[in-house]
Formats: sequence, structure tokens, C-alpha cells
Amino acid sequence: MIKKIESKNFEIENAHSLHVAKQHGRYSSLERLFSMSSEEVLDEVDKSGLRGKGGGGAPTGGKWRLIPNPSDKPTYLIVNADESEPGTFKDRQILEYDPHLLLEGIICSSYAIKAHHAYIYIRGEYAFWAKRLQEAIDEAYSEGIIGKTILGHDYELDITLHRGAGAYICGEKSALVESLEGKRGHPRLKPQQKEPEWFFGCPSVVNNVETISSVPYIIKEGFVAYRAYGTEKSPGTMLFGMSGHIQNPGVYEIQFGESMSEFIDKIGGGVKDGKKLKAIIPGGSSTHVLRADEIEDITLDYESLRAHGSSLGTGGMILMDETVFMPDVVKNLFEFYHHESCGQCTPCREGVGWSDKLMGKILDGNGTKKDLDTLIDLSFILNGKTICVFAPSVAYIIDSYISKFKDEFYSLVK
Amino acid sequence: MSWKFSEKNEKKFQELLKRYPKKDSLALPALWMIQEQDGWICKNAMVFLAKKLDKSPMDIYSIASFYTMFHFEPIGKYHIQLCKTLSCRLRGSENIKKHIENRLGIKAGESTEDMKFTISEVECLGSCGTAPCVCINDDYIQNSTPEMLDKILDKLK
Ligand SMILES: Cc1cc2nc3c(=O)[nH]c(=O)nc-3n(C[C@H](O)[C@H](O)[C@H](O)COP(=O)(O)O)c2cc1C
Ligand code: SF4
Ligand code: FES
Repeated sequence: MIKKIESKNFEIENAHSLHVAKQHGRYSSLERLFSMSSEEVLDEVDKSGLRGKGGGGAPTGGKWRLIPNPSDKPTYLIVNADESEPGTFKDRQILEYDPHLLLEGIICSSYAIKAHHAYIYIRGEYAFWAKRLQEAIDEAYSEGIIGKTILGHDYELDITLHRGAGAYICGEKSALVESLEGKRGHPRLKPQQKEPEWFFGCPSVVNNVETISSVPYIIKEGFVAYRAYGTEKSPGTMLFGMSGHIQNPGVYEIQFGESMSEFIDKIGGGVKDGKKLKAIIPGGSSTHVLRADEIEDITLDYESLRAHGSSLGTGGMILMDETVFMPDVVKNLFEFYHHESCGQCTPCREGVGWSDKLMGKILDGNGTKKDLDTLIDLSFILNGKTICVFAPSVAYIIDSYISKFKDEFYSLVK
Repeated sequence: MSWKFSEKNEKKFQELLKRYPKKDSLALPALWMIQEQDGWICKNAMVFLAKKLDKSPMDIYSIASFYTMFHFEPIGKYHIQLCKTLSCRLRGSENIKKHIENRLGIKAGESTEDMKFTISEVECLGSCGTAPCVCINDDYIQNSTPEMLDKILDKLK
């Protein structure tokens, strides 16, 4: 079940240092990379079907093609290492065990979009991982892997690490760019048509750490090799996480299309302490919750989860056993979203706060049926009326938990 | 009353200037440098930074206050951050919180009188697979237990 492409070097001792990384294949995609034109690299990534692993699953090649070619302004690659979606802890594995894989991916990806400067935006709390990554960047500079030339190839590339300072919303790509421009991390209004991101008015691409780290394999082995894994529409592999009530929590790389329940049982070792599974959040707290009886036919790919009314998200699954009381879970999540709303849109700023307060009142035993109805109405107010999809995620929480665990919520109110 | 960067930070600031298309981007890196230098961010430092970035001090405060990791008053020498989000909660973060609060005699959000410890509750630290997670200053304590934390706290001077 386990298929190690990105995680190939995770268990090799000191693979984070350049010397060891090189012995285990790091930077070996560059020879083929520089034998190709940027256009050919774009083609290769297009054909591989690589999809963004930061939560949305957007085709990576398509996103790169939004950059005007030729562009009369400099272009930038911005790597999203904000990793703050509850249940998600995969990107840090790459940063910890194989930071040179990310740097190699940055070289390939920058070349494809003709960027000569790449920024990595890392969440502020990841001090250890920022240090490790900075060491890798410094090593790469001193060995001539980045800088004026790339190992003697005539291509200039700088990589700069930029630390966030504690704001979940800065993981949203336009908020991330705002923050990188030195502002508050407020998501931007989305344009009518697809456009690149704009960093100080220059066309830019924002990609997740794991997405970029998937590129070297595709360049080195070719798109056919990548497509040998996964499904037609979700090709390749992904780092899936398991946390909560699971026997062996952790991050595991498997190909898309594997059975969810088999993954939980075989790799995760089943529910912790032999208890019964009650519910599972499949891909970070913003994805619709699933009841244990809903997961039997689910395979871990974008299409299957969508067909079952949820989404693959970041692949960070949170498992909950039979002892968990769902209204407690919803309160916990509301507190998170209440704390993290950026405050730009009134429905979100006020609505998420109200939801949190109402849920608190209901849990304290002071709630009425009417309060639950108000909560359900709030979901309508939160959905589709805001600048970013943060508020709709809260609406999904209200809808999915209350409809799937109705009795538990109604048992609390008069 | 005036505030300035240490020599080392001034040098770092000048080097970083070359790495961004516009100096506006230096807001966060510079705020980090200020906080590393003093342990918190005082008004004078924000006035100093405003001049450097051609902004008003209010601009700087408005940016800085958006980010929860910046402090505008001194905090304890050791900042104990307890993750309270779902995966940690499912694996006992509430026990950890009770234990730490009892041990230090303060509640989350408070500092000990000698300013040695501050406790905060924080949202998901990206360590859900090794929950419950506690972060003391820059260090993650993963799969934490009361006994483990006792041992660590015993050693902190
Ligand atoms: C509220 C919110 C938070 C997000 N947080 C992250 C994050 O922490 N890391 C990430 O890579 N993407 C995050 N995303 C998704 C990004 O907006 C963006 O789609 C992603 O970085 C694009 O990269 P990809 O196409 O390689 O997946 C978030 C989105 C939203 C709406
Ligand atoms: S929906 Fe919420 S988080 Fe998103 S921009 Fe509006 S206020 Fe900010
Ligand atoms: S929930 Fe605590 S680290 Fe993610």
C-alpha cells in the first residue's frame, strides 16, 4: 500500500544534509531539466496530471500556464509552507527529513515559469523547520546549486525563506501574498476569470510544499512513470496523515485510489485501544465529516471523496472513536474558526463568533430548539457571501455535523 | 527613548532589503528581529521600524497586531503554548492544561509573578500526529505527558 516517491529518503539518516541528500538522488533531475525548454517542462507537468496538494487539488500545470508567456514583468514562485489546517502535518515531514527535495522542486518549477526568485512562506511556529530549511538553502548556495548559476547551468535563481507569525488565514494563497508584501493577511477578492496571483503586481504562482516536492520525480522519470501510480483523474501519490483516535498516528505516502478503511486498518493499525470508529474528518477540519458507516466504499482520491459528499482536502484525517460527543467537537472547531477569522467580511467576523457563542450556550444546557435553528440559519449566512472560502467551511461544519449526528445536538436543547 | 537595531540585526536588515522587490516585505522579518532582540515589541521599536519602511507607526502596529505571535508587552522568559485544537483535544490536551496550570499556579493567558513563565492556549501547531503538543519558546514537546513536562520544567532556570 505504501508507495514511497516523495518520502523515499525520510528514513535515511541525515538525508537533510546536502552531502547525504546528493548520494540519494537529490538534484539528479536537473540534468534532464536543463536539456528541456521551459515549455517542455510545462508539458511534462501537464501530462503528469499533478494536482495541488495544499487542499484544493487544482491541476498544477494549468496554474503555471496562467503566467503570461512571455511576461514583461518578473515572475515569482511562492511556496506555501503555512501548514495550519487542523489535522495537517505532512509538509513538515519534507522540511525535516528531505528539505533538498523541496529545493530541487523549486528549481524545476521556477524554471518552468521562468522565475528567478522563489519565496517560501513558512508558518511562524515552525521555528525548528525554518532553521533546518535555511541550513539547506545556505548549503545549496555555497555549493553553487542555487544563485548565479544552477550547477553551472546558465539559470539564475534565488530562494528566500520568509516566516509568518501566527495566522491560519495566511495559508490562503492571496492572504499569503498580502502577508509576503508586508501587510495584514487579508484574502483578496477573487477575479472573474482565472488569473495568476500578483506579488507587487508581478505574476506569481503559489503552490504547496508537497506539490513542488512532487515535481523532481516527474521531471526525472517522466510523466508516464508518475501516472503509473494513482487513478486516471488523481494520478500519483500523496502524504496522508492520521491523527486523533488511531493506533499508529503519522504521515504515510500511498498512491491515490486506495481504500480508506484499509488504510486506516492496515497502516493506521485501526482505532486506538480497539474502540469502535464513530466519525472521521477526511482532509483537514474544513472538510465535511463522515460517519463510520459512510466510509466503506471510499477510496482516497479527489473523485471518490467528492462523490461521498466530502473532499480529500489536505489528506490529514482526524479519527474519532465511539466515546466522542459531536457537539463538543463542533464547539472545539468553532473556537478555532472564531479565533482565526481575518475579520474582513461581516458575515464571517460576526457569524462565526455567534456560532461559537450559541454552541457554548447549547452545551451549557441553556439552549433551546430555536437556538439550533438559528445556528442552521447562520450556515446560510456564512455560505457564499464572503471573500474567501473560510466562512463556507464553517457553514459545512454546521450542516454536516448537525445533519449526521442530529440526535446528539437535539438531546441538548429544550 | 529612541530604539535601534543591534549591529547584527541592522546588517541582516540591509541584506534582506536586497532580497525583495519592495521594502514593504520587510515588515514581518523586521518585527521578528525586534522581538528576538527585546523579547517583545515596544512602541519605540515600532516608531523606529515605521521610519525604516516609510510608513506611519500606526501602519506598523496595525500590521503587527494581526499576527498572534507578536507580543506588545513583556512575557515570561518561558512561553508555554498549549495546543487546544481537535487532534490534541482527542488525545488529552485538557489534562496537560490542568497539570501545567496547577503546577505553575496560574491560568492560561497569565504569567507567573517572577515573569519566568507565561501560559497561552494556541490553535493547531501542525503536530497533530504527535498529539498532544506543547511548544515551549521555539521547541515542540510532542506526545507530551504531565511527567515529561515536569521533567522539562524542572530543568528550566
Ligand atoms: C483558509 C485557507 C487556508 C489554507 N491554508 C493552506 C495551507 O496552510 N497550506 C497550503 O498549502 N494551502 C493552504 N490553502 C490553500 C491555498 O489557498 C492554495 O490553494 C494552495 O497553497 C495552492 O497550492 P497547490 O495548488 O499546490 O495545492 C488554504 C486555503 C484556505 C481557503
Ligand atoms: S471569509 Fe472570513 S477569513 Fe475569509 S476574507 Fe472573509 S472574514 Fe476573512
Ligand atoms: S491539533 Fe494540536 S497540533 Fe494539530
